[in-house]
Amino acid sequence: MKITRQAFLALLAAAARAFPRPRRMAMAIDLAKCWKDRGCTRCSQACHAAHNVPQIPDRRREIKWIWKDRFENAFGEESASPAVAGAPVPLLCNHCEHPACVKVCPTGATFKRASDGLVMMDEHRCIGCRYCMAACPYGSRSFNWSDPRPFLRTIDPAYPTRTKGVVEKCTFCAERLARGGQPACVEVCPPKAMVFGDAADPSSAVAQLLQTRHAFRRKPELGAGPNVFYLL
Amino acid sequence: MTVLAKAMLGGRAYRWWLTALAAAIVTGVLLWLRQWHQGLAVTGMSRDVAWGLYIGQFTFFVGVAASAVTVVLPYYLHAWRAFARVVILGELLAIASIVVSLLFVLVDMGRPDRLLNVLLHPSPSSLMFWDMLALAGYLALNVIVARAALAAEIDGAPPATWTRGLVLLSIPWAVSIHTVTAFLYAGLAGRPFWLTAAMAPRFLASAFAAGPALLILLCGAFRYDIGEEALCKLRLVMTYAMTANVFLALMEVFTAFYSGIPGHAAPYSSWTWLSGGFAAAALALALGRSRYAPAAVFASLAIDKGVVLIPAGFIPSPSGAVTPYIPTAVELGIVLAIWSVGALLVTILFRVAIAARELDAGASPQCLAS
Repeated sequence: MKITRQAFLALLAAAARAFPRPRRMAMAIDLAKCWKDRGCTRCSQACHAAHNVPQIPDRRREIKWIWKDRFENAFGEESASPAVAGAPVPLLCNHCEHPACVKVCPTGATFKRASDGLVMMDEHRCIGCRYCMAACPYGSRSFNWSDPRPFLRTIDPAYPTRTKGVVEKCTFCAERLARGGQPACVEVCPPKAMVFGDAADPSSAVAQLLQTRHAFRRKPELGAGPNVFYLL
Repeated sequence: MTVLAKAMLGGRAYRWWLTALAAAIVTGVLLWLRQWHQGLAVTGMSRDVAWGLYIGQFTFFVGVAASAVTVVLPYYLHAWRAFARVVILGELLAIASIVVSLLFVLVDMGRPDRLLNVLLHPSPSSLMFWDMLALAGYLALNVIVARAALAAEIDGAPPATWTRGLVLLSIPWAVSIHTVTAFLYAGLAGRPFWLTAAMAPRFLASAFAAGPALLILLCGAFRYDIGEEALCKLRLVMTYAMTANVFLALMEVFTAFYSGIPGHAAPYSSWTWLSGGFAAAALALALGRSRYAPAAVFASLAIDKGVVLIPAGFIPSPSGAVTPYIPTAVELGIVLAIWSVGALLVTILFRVAIAARELDAGASPQCLAS
């Protein structure tokens, strides 16, 4: 059977559409930019408002998707020189290449999305065993120790609230990405310290940054392969 | 009235005992309903210490269940007749322990109504999936084997030959349940206190000490004479296993502190040292052949594995925070209730087994406080 050049190319294009190259969504956080205002909490405010994350007064039971902690707590005492010790670092789910949470989840309630590498959470399937919290080396996961709704001042109807007894975490704003947007924290950051995109695409802004700047990650020795990078 | 029904009846002390257990269980159910209503916020657990007493007790009782192998293996594999009177008790204790450990998992769940998701969405990459399979299989094996053995005993006949294959299968299966339970923790890269290849061996060693210790205590409580030889051997198993356990614990201490890796030494708090001290004292009593050794060994392991091991793994948190974990009264009440379920099961199962045995021997049942 003979095939014309045109038909061959059309076939190739169809195959490329049917099997798209998987994307690897990643974030690069420029700490020097972030530290222009060390007291800024706009990223967590925007995130927590967009996702109906409750403000729980008891610190031990708090729920947080993105928050700030001291440099030495994020990267270990040994890596904190006096220049950076005490400086606040934004922390969130690292959407790891090899997420320990996904490996241990007994129901597949948390899973890694093949198309773009996002570590997702199905709060309707979660049985609340908290194995993922024991497994996550980054403390990125929160459990609803009680009903979160009384702790919500306002509820954004565009995003579901959760029930007591399930785990939740940052999703890289999967719902905003689906609409072609950027994560809420990236969008709101005043000094534009966060850059988000497809690290597997060499032309993306995040891939360019990771090529040209010194980037480091939390606990790289564990082999989880975090997709949140910090630039200094 | 059948012999079995008679075995269920007893004197005044026995009835008080049952009443106390029932009261503890009812209280526990009410507390659990409160936990169901208000969430796990009624416990002392937190974002940083995600597992506490419930998962600790689960771990400990999986060990007690696995320890049936310390009487099953010598009796069935090596035809060691001295354990003839105790082997059924070991199997029944395993049944009660598995039920107890499963109850501890159930009360720890945030959404127990979704328990079946574990079966509806099987996830072979999760050790919890394998642990569920191992525990369910072990429970089934022991129920079938113990039931057949009891039935044979009541009929005054030797156990059916088809049970032998199942009994032999239950030996490696017992080892597997506690190995898989150790793997739940020992495979987590981010928890240095648990990340140790010695976890499974140490689990087995402490289980094979705690189990025989509890069997000795129970035989005493039921005034059931298993014979001097069997008692002596049980104490020997307990002592050797406890020695191995303390030895392995010291190996952990060496590696954590000589390596000097901060994350590995950090989980050693005053609680860890205190419970280690208890274990050493219990071992000293066992080596000195003290009559209090079984109680000391059992208590020290119930604390070390059932209380300290799990929360200690969460210290420090991934960002270096040390969040104290103090169980609440609600949590303790629920734990007490689940212990009471175990005690109730043991009371009933042991009385039946002992009655069947005495019937066999042509004597009257000699049971707890009857």
